[in-house]
Amino acid sequence: MSQLPQDLKYTKSHEWVRTRPDGTLEIGITDHAQHALGDLVFVEVPEGGRSVTAGDACAVVESVKAASDVYAPVSGEVLEGNGQLAAAPETVNTDAYGAGWLYRLRPAAGALAAAALLSAADYQKVLDAEGG
Amino acid sequence: MGRKTPLFSLHQELNARIVDFGGWDMPVQYGSQIGEHHAVRRGAGVFDVSHMCVIDLEGARARAFLERLIANDVGKLKVPGKALYSCLLQEDGGILDDLIVYYLSESFFRVVVNAGTRDKDLAWIRRHAQAFGVTVTERADLAMLAVQGPEARAKAAQLLPPAGVAAALALVPFSAAAVGNWFVARTGYTGEDGFEIMMPAADAVPAWRSLNSLGVASCGLGARDTLRLEAGMNLYGNDMDASTQPYESGLAWTVALERPRDFIGRAALEPLARSGSPRKLVGLLLTDRGVLRSHQQVLVPGVGEGEITSGTFSPTLERSIALARVPAGTQAVVQVDIRGKLLNARVVKPPFVRFGRALITLS
Repeated sequence: MSQLPQDLKYTKSHEWVRTRPDGTLEIGITDHAQHALGDLVFVEVPEGGRSVTAGDACAVVESVKAASDVYAPVSGEVLEGNGQLAAAPETVNTDAYGAGWLYRLRPAAGALAAAALLSAADYQKVLDAEGG
Repeated sequence: MGRKTPLFSLHQELNARIVDFGGWDMPVQYGSQIGEHHAVRRGAGVFDVSHMCVIDLEGARARAFLERLIANDVGKLKVPGKALYSCLLQEDGGILDDLIVYYLSESFFRVVVNAGTRDKDLAWIRRHAQAFGVTVTERADLAMLAVQGPEARAKAAQLLPPAGVAAALALVPFSAAAVGNWFVARTGYTGEDGFEIMMPAADAVPAWRSLNSLGVASCGLGARDTLRLEAGMNLYGNDMDASTQPYESGLAWTVALERPRDFIGRAALEPLARSGSPRKLVGLLLTDRGVLRSHQQVLVPGVGEGEITSGTFSPTLERSIALARVPAGTQAVVQVDIRGKLLNARVVKPPFVRFGRALITLS
């Protein structure tokens, strides 16, 4: 079964959000998502400096089978994309919540509070409802 | 709920992810799709292809019927057991399906067609068989396993009755033989050596388990698709369909016009054979980073536009490859529109990979 770290927030579209000590956010896709996608072979992450609005498609993960958009869970400015994934996209499969992070974001003022993020328990309910 | 093959419960037991394929509930992967792909390139894998439709054609005029029915020349089948790949064409030259026909005797030929086109094909074949007095029998009682890879024949031979092993291992490529009540063909859809074995449905589960115990990996339709695309083999419904003809589908080699043989579609194809088709199917190797996918637009500077018909990440080459239908004048380099970005791709001649080795240069 999928593992769900309790200290992260989640979205219905299967992204996770980690608040770092300096208040910036680290964003990736959940273990459930990487498992559903299968072996990842290409990851496109946003570049630093890009402004994103919650709900924007701002990264792409591609498995052998298909390409999937990754949505911004929170509005803000991208600080950096995870440059390691260009050469090693499979890191998202093997370490979805760690080295497989996709990008880091400085949230816009009030954006984190305004974002509709889920606790681990609530995200688990989303998975249960999907039959996952 | 789709149709199920005799192996469906075993696929579930093996934790396969099941998807709909042409109305059938089929395993797309058991674990890692890339792992299954490599198993076939490096060792051996087994695929459930029981969803494909086996049709027996029996009657004194079976050969004459096939001369009329298919675009390739069944006259090339001179030795019992030999197989032939062909298109089944409409009158307008559009491709109804692709198939393999096996010559068993003058009064008995066996045809294997695609799962998604089963009903349409059966109706078409039955309609045209009447004039030849040929009996058309759908063999829904058979299961089919494709055992593929450099070690596939040696492993699969261990399942055969001792008296049949020598005959099976003596088969030349693209030929088949009855071994007991199994029908063993040295054919496949992966670019590797191997067998496709038709057997009574009840034999399928024990055969699969035996293959697994011999180290043959269970492989799903996902790996089958990346393997066939690396091998430069068309997929019906993607790379050709009723709206396309063989000359724009990389299948000119399967259209036999040499003999004055009145096959369905000939009248439409002859002018094209003389003038040349305005479009062609080519291989693409993406030189930029990304993944080519079907329906992406191909831009050919100064020539026109085309479309990718099948695209994927090639596990063997670790690059993205595709088949694309492009204007006939397309030369060495094209651009592909991927999510609004124009990426560069090189035009190459398929196959990309055969017998485990790259056949194109990557630089």
